[in-house]
Amino acid sequence: MDAGGAIERAQSGDSDAFRLLVEQHSRVIFRLAFRMTGNEQDAEDVVQETFLRAYKRISDYEARASFSTWLYRIASNYALDLIRSRRRHEEKRERGSGEDRDILQTIPEASPGPERMAYGGQVKDRVNAALDELTAQERTAFVLRHFEGLSIEEIGRTLGTGANATKHSIFRAVQKLRRSLQPVVGTAR
Amino acid sequence: MNHLSEEELVLFYYGESREAGGIEQHLDACQECRASFRALQLVLNTVDSAPVPERDALYGEAVWQRIEGRLGARRRKRSFAWWIWSPAMAALVLAAFLAGRLSHRVEKPVATASNQNTQQVRERILLVAVGDHLERSQMVLAELSNAPDQKGKLDISGERQMAEELLDDNRLYRQTARTTGDTAVASVLDDLERVLIEIAHSPSEISGDQLAELRQQIENHGLLFQVRVLGSRVRDEESQPVSEKRKEREKA
Repeated sequence: MDAGGAIERAQSGDSDAFRLLVEQHSRVIFRLAFRMTGNEQDAEDVVQETFLRAYKRISDYEARASFSTWLYRIASNYALDLIRSRRRHEEKRERGSGEDRDILQTIPEASPGPERMAYGGQVKDRVNAALDELTAQERTAFVLRHFEGLSIEEIGRTLGTGANATKHSIFRAVQKLRRSLQPVVGTAR
Repeated sequence: MNHLSEEELVLFYYGESREAGGIEQHLDACQECRASFRALQLVLNTVDSAPVPERDALYGEAVWQRIEGRLGARRRKRSFAWWIWSPAMAALVLAAFLAGRLSHRVEKPVATASNQNTQQVRERILLVAVGDHLERSQMVLAELSNAPDQKGKLDISGERQMAEELLDDNRLYRQTARTTGDTAVASVLDDLERVLIEIAHSPSEISGDQLAELRQQIENHGLLFQVRVLGSRVRDEESQPVSEKRKEREKA
């Protein structure tokens, strides 16, 4: 059964056809979800919820967009909600413990120095930490542009934010990443 | 010479610049902008080094195993589609079922064994349909009750559509229960119907305040609990062997 046939059959209620779509797209959605959420457990949650929502709404899918882009839309929006909800929860916890930090202030200004930061594993950790410092909107827009290769216009449509706001989210994301990573990259190369 | 802004360099890096030719020429000519672009490339190329855990070729199958059970209610709905799409048939069997229950409360059955069997088959079919209706209603209520709190809009188009689908069946079951005097069932279905109407008439995307209102209505009636209790009673009856049910009837 080809992909188009599987979609049509899934739309008419064939769960075996939907199973095929799950099997075809799970790995890609996991990769996207992991890059957005930064942890495996949340990524698994996003994968499952994406397919449950896709199953519910499959009759709304129109072949004008590719099926994977449609899934991206569902996954991105769910991941966005999840990240925001996690952040709110963390903020509440931090407020509870008397901490009140501006997220920008948490980005280190300077590199810890080449002797402490061997290029390799620690740089990867630093990249993850830098991605974690982005807001949910910035991270989602950046991941879709940088890793998944969606155009700014497509991302704007996917997230329902419009091209201009998306562009600014990406600029802010790149700015924060440069601020956080440039000292490391500069000293390591 | 005006230097290129960071935004122009970012768009150029991602191939989304409308003036790519001009930027290339500028980079050829301007050492400062070239250094700035090189620094940007280094950072963005470094971001690619963030590892993603591998998932093997069987991962999709594992995902399917995890979600398959949660698609159950909707798939079962299709199996009984003939029943759900035939309200007149449902009303007849439901009336027979509830009337039968009432008559058993006041007098001994006078039906023949063959009539009893037919009645029991009807009841069994009805119980499955009502059980399915309650299970699907419970899913809608639980999804809204457990939806994450958020500042932005929440998409409830799926729940709304399901509530619309459930309303006709619910109305039918409630009216029949009322007509046949089964007030306990009618009362739960009455409360359920009010909330289903609210959900069905809500916009596809609701605010946090609107979600809180819906939750309040569900909580006010203790509806989720009532539907669960009724659903499990129905499922119990559904799984009870026919012979036991007959004995209970005869005792009554």
